Amino acid sequence: MTKSTQSKTLLSANELTCIREERILFDGLSFNINAGDIVQIEGPNGAGKTSLLRIIAGLSRPYAGEVKYAGEDITRCRDEFNHDLLYLGHLAGVKSELTAEENLNFNLRISGYDNFDTTALLAKVNLAGFEEALAGHLSAGQHRRTALARLQHSNCKIWILDEPFTAIDKKGVEALEQLFILHAKSGGCVILTTHQDMSIISDDILRKITLDYRFV
Amino acid sequence: MKRGISYTKAFTTLLQRDLRIAIRHRGDIFNPLLFFILVVTLFPLGIGPEPQVLTRVAPGIIWVAALLASMLSLERLFKADYNDGSLEQMLLSPQPLVILVLAKVFAHWILTGVPLILVAPLLAVLLHLDSNSYVALMATLALGTPVLSLLGAIGVALTVGLRKGGVLLSLLILPLYIPVLIFATSAIDSASINLPYSGQLAIIGAMLIGSLIMAPFAIGASLRVSTN
Repeated sequence: MTKSTQSKTLLSANELTCIREERILFDGLSFNINAGDIVQIEGPNGAGKTSLLRIIAGLSRPYAGEVKYAGEDITRCRDEFNHDLLYLGHLAGVKSELTAEENLNFNLRISGYDNFDTTALLAKVNLAGFEEALAGHLSAGQHRRTALARLQHSNCKIWILDEPFTAIDKKGVEALEQLFILHAKSGGCVILTTHQDMSIISDDILRKITLDYRFV
Repeated sequence: MKRGISYTKAFTTLLQRDLRIAIRHRGDIFNPLLFFILVVTLFPLGIGPEPQVLTRVAPGIIWVAALLASMLSLERLFKADYNDGSLEQMLLSPQPLVILVLAKVFAHWILTGVPLILVAPLLAVLLHLDSNSYVALMATLALGTPVLSLLGAIGVALTVGLRKGGVLLSLLILPLYIPVLIFATSAIDSASINLPYSGQLAIIGAMLIGSLIMAPFAIGASLRVSTN
């Protein structure tokens, strides 16, 4: 029993401490993220949600502690970890000088995918007909959707999403929630932050990690 | 879902993207070139049109202007990617960071270094450069400008997270540029008096190979620090 749960653990955080601007955002934070989890990191603005996500993704180093992927520190197995990780920050990584199609094409290629149909993927995020539109001319929501289209074609197990629902309409949010559930069911995990209430992902499948704003 | 693309493909994908963005954003190509042309054309007006004087200072002027033009254009190398989050995606991509960084620097050189090399002979005419020196000028620029891009990129990677990194950037990378400047102008001077200049060229070539091998690692590490 112990063995099977251990093998399902995708990520584990060990005694993480983060200090920003001489303020302790969190310390001694430990948790495991298993296959099939949908984890929401919640807390007020400035509590360190984005910092935590960046630490888990390996973009920032924690002040103390470590994040382990498959039992190994992520800084030591970066190649394998990056292969299994899809991170979307609150900056979407979408170039305004390129069209929606070119953006998606580049983002997927650089993640290593070679065979995909950008038109069909863009249609899935309701961007049919906008393939040739420059991302800079799209609306904020469509801009975000261009980035989120990557989720439609991904075999990464670990999805780390910082505010994925920003500027997305209600129907879009529902579609994303369904996608997250599907991803979790197929053995992946989703770690996200949001201030919006989710309608489909109910509290019994959603795990929450709460960060408090501290004054010390 | 098959995954895994070759290093060459990762390199060309990023190179194509950067060139395409630059073509849609033409100011980025023309600004450094315009700066280069303006600085060089102002010198004869400033120090007088005597051919002897101009011939003497021509190698220095062309090289200093090329160096400053390259430095001016550097700041944008990673800035746009940093501001819109593409840089984070690159750092987290399964492709080796060294390959991606090399592609970005190569794109930068194609957009700023190559145009400088192409207009330099025309500007040399303006400065009465000795006729024996043209080959040396082109050769030093061809070998030297990639070194400028590679070394400069280290400084840019270190300062990309700072809001006003411009001054710091110049302080960081100008000392690294000085050896290139010294050997390049010395090669052109030797050529003008019909002396062999292969020694100086060999040193610039060695700098190019050295920085080609080591700079991408330094740039990658600096980018990781800057986005921390």
